[in-house]
Amino acid sequence: MSSENGKRLPETDAAGLNFEATELTLGLPGKSRVTSDGGAKLGSKRGFSETVDLSLGDKKDTNKLGQTQSQIDAREAAPGSKAQVVGWPPVRGYAKRGKKSCKYVKVAVDGAPYLRKVDLEMYNTYQQLLASLEDMFSCFTIRNFLNEKKMDQVNGIEYVPTYEDKDGDWMLVGDVPWQMFVESCKRIRLMKNTETVELAPRTPPKWSRRS
Amino acid sequence: MMNYFPDEVLEHVFDFITCHKDRNSVSLVCKSWHRIERYSRRRVFIGNCYSISPERLIARFPGVKSLTLKGKPHFADFNLVPYDWGGFVYPWIKVLAETGIGLEELRLKRMVVSDESLELISKTFVNFQSLVLVSCDGFSADGLAAIAANCRFLRELDLQENEVDDHRGHWLSCFPESCTSLVSLNFACLKGEVNLGALERLVSRSPNLKSLRLNRSVPLDTLQKLLMRAPQLVDLGIGSYVHDPSSEASNKLKHAIQRCKSIMSLSGFLEVAPRCMSAIYPICGNLTTLNLSYAPGIHGNKLTKLIQHCRKLQRLWILDCIGDKGLGVVASTCKELQELRVFPSDPFGAGNDAVTEEGLVLVSAGCPKLNSLLYFCQQMTNAALITVAKNCPNFIRFRLCILDPVRPDPVTNQPLDEGFGAIVQSCKRLKRLSLSGLLTDQVFLYIGMYAEQLEMLSIAFAADSDKGMLYVLNGCKKLRKLEIRDCPFGNAALLEDVGKYETMRSLWMSSCEVTLGGCKTVAEMMPSLNVEIINESDQTEFNLDDGQKVDKMYLYRTLVGHRKDAPESVWIL
Repeated sequence: MSSENGKRLPETDAAGLNFEATELTLGLPGKSRVTSDGGAKLGSKRGFSETVDLSLGDKKDTNKLGQTQSQIDAREAAPGSKAQVVGWPPVRGYAKRGKKSCKYVKVAVDGAPYLRKVDLEMYNTYQQLLASLEDMFSCFTIRNFLNEKKMDQVNGIEYVPTYEDKDGDWMLVGDVPWQMFVESCKRIRLMKNTETVELAPRTPPKWSRRS
Repeated sequence: MMNYFPDEVLEHVFDFITCHKDRNSVSLVCKSWHRIERYSRRRVFIGNCYSISPERLIARFPGVKSLTLKGKPHFADFNLVPYDWGGFVYPWIKVLAETGIGLEELRLKRMVVSDESLELISKTFVNFQSLVLVSCDGFSADGLAAIAANCRFLRELDLQENEVDDHRGHWLSCFPESCTSLVSLNFACLKGEVNLGALERLVSRSPNLKSLRLNRSVPLDTLQKLLMRAPQLVDLGIGSYVHDPSSEASNKLKHAIQRCKSIMSLSGFLEVAPRCMSAIYPICGNLTTLNLSYAPGIHGNKLTKLIQHCRKLQRLWILDCIGDKGLGVVASTCKELQELRVFPSDPFGAGNDAVTEEGLVLVSAGCPKLNSLLYFCQQMTNAALITVAKNCPNFIRFRLCILDPVRPDPVTNQPLDEGFGAIVQSCKRLKRLSLSGLLTDQVFLYIGMYAEQLEMLSIAFAADSDKGMLYVLNGCKKLRKLEIRDCPFGNAALLEDVGKYETMRSLWMSSCEVTLGGCKTVAEMMPSLNVEIINESDQTEFNLDDGQKVDKMYLYRTLVGHRKDAPESVWIL
């Protein structure tokens, strides 16, 4: 996947780094889409941080094409990378053309006596995956960071969905675009909440219900 | 004169009119024609399942036998629509079942189909013959099992690109021994395993089987056995196709394939080893349809060698790893080509194997009958589009997707307005157009001026101002579906002529400049439209200020008012 994704989440949320200031979004030729509060940019209102690495400039910076200088810079800086925006290119998610279909990964839940397997290719979104996992392990509730009120705590234990990626690191489910997740996920573990206190993110994962 | 004919005669005449548009026209001639037509109508097409209710459908066409329904908007294919948006077929099945309709055929696209629905179909409609599901979801192998087990006269089970939970592959065994009527069986989209023995027996007892599309779990030796039992096949979808060309198994397969002298359509190759392709050369000469777009890893020489055998090809779906040179081979070989689709093999990657404007120009020059195109490419030039427009004035569908959404002409650095302008000016029969690349308002001026037959237009990341949208709405009199994303069209464009939307099936606008206030105005002015706002962000973020820009708006004409099944993320104004 492109390494030019503007969303870099540093190890620590240190020094009051304002992510929104560094956030890059796709703009239209000649049109500035930045609003004053920065947070309501249309370009960033996406299910995933699949928004793009072309940054915006002021109108006065546009050339005769209507492209801002920063758009041109961004394109030149990342010659091989594709703009990654939700729903672009318009190819059906189903059509796993050129890719192996069928990606079964093990799912472990702390406290369950046996593991299950899910085929990640069966789902299009995090929401679908977690709904399915909740069905599979129906006695547990899976922590849904962005929808706290939807949870009903049956036995008071929450589980945090994590996964092991290609590098062997344990990651929180939901930070990267769905397709990227499917490609890099090797196995899934639903961790008991108490263990994850240290991991509790101050910025919740980018994934939300709309994906 | 016609007034003196008894109804039966008129009905007999109307029997020859099968196209639903023509039948709609017939029904408008006079009251008696309207009456006769409605009682004799057997096939009904409903392009938007929320435009009408099942009750009203049956009231008007009590003799309906075949129903086609479409649900979610097209952009649902690209994850722009929440999965629970709607499009449920169950309410339709329930009403049809309750009113004793003798349904025989059901064709659904982008609808949510539950196992319950499938069971109800299988148990209610005694003469049910044909189920075609395209891009649907919501069902599992259990639903398929019900269809297999209970539909005694099933002829067609065609599953295309559905999301099916089929962990249990038992459904194929549910076809009873008495079921011998199958003509078409397509389960290529299923991911799980199937009972191979049951499949072989089913094919053996289906002498009318003409179309068989397998999924990737069906191994080579089974394929060979199936072909031996069904040499009459016309359409074959191969699942797994990996073998050692020098082996006994491969020889047996070659022999089996050669017996299938009627195969005109070939697809699948969901798993394939390129060196095996030579086994199918013997049947390539008859092929009119070839779909290799699911076959990863066939590149260069192997692909072109294959294509060189396919002189009668009319429809070709392929991956962009064919390259411009490969398209040159297509151009010189496939003189009968009418439809070409080139898909990206690596949509998010660097695109080393890809096609450019050169490949398209070659095909346009070599294939004068080309009328339908879907082309994903790295780049496009105005000069190329102008040449294509000159070479191929017969386009009915022209869908171009440049992978970088705002890329200009790389040679001149200009927008692609002139190129697309040439296409719409030259192709007088153009019904469907998708644009991409850097585009200004100018291209929309051309579209409004020249695209007189245009019915469907897809726009993304284009235009400079409201004028773009206005040119289209004012100019394209036959426009039925307009879908727009990431364009600077706002309320002024949206509100200019709200009556126009009643002449269309639907309008989609996402990430544009329209506000909640603008959408509310449309809804107030046009009670015959449902105006839906889709908002998938956290509810607390969504504020009700009319000045707030709307993320996604979908509006459509309807005779039955607001639907009652919308999820939380959809607000109907």
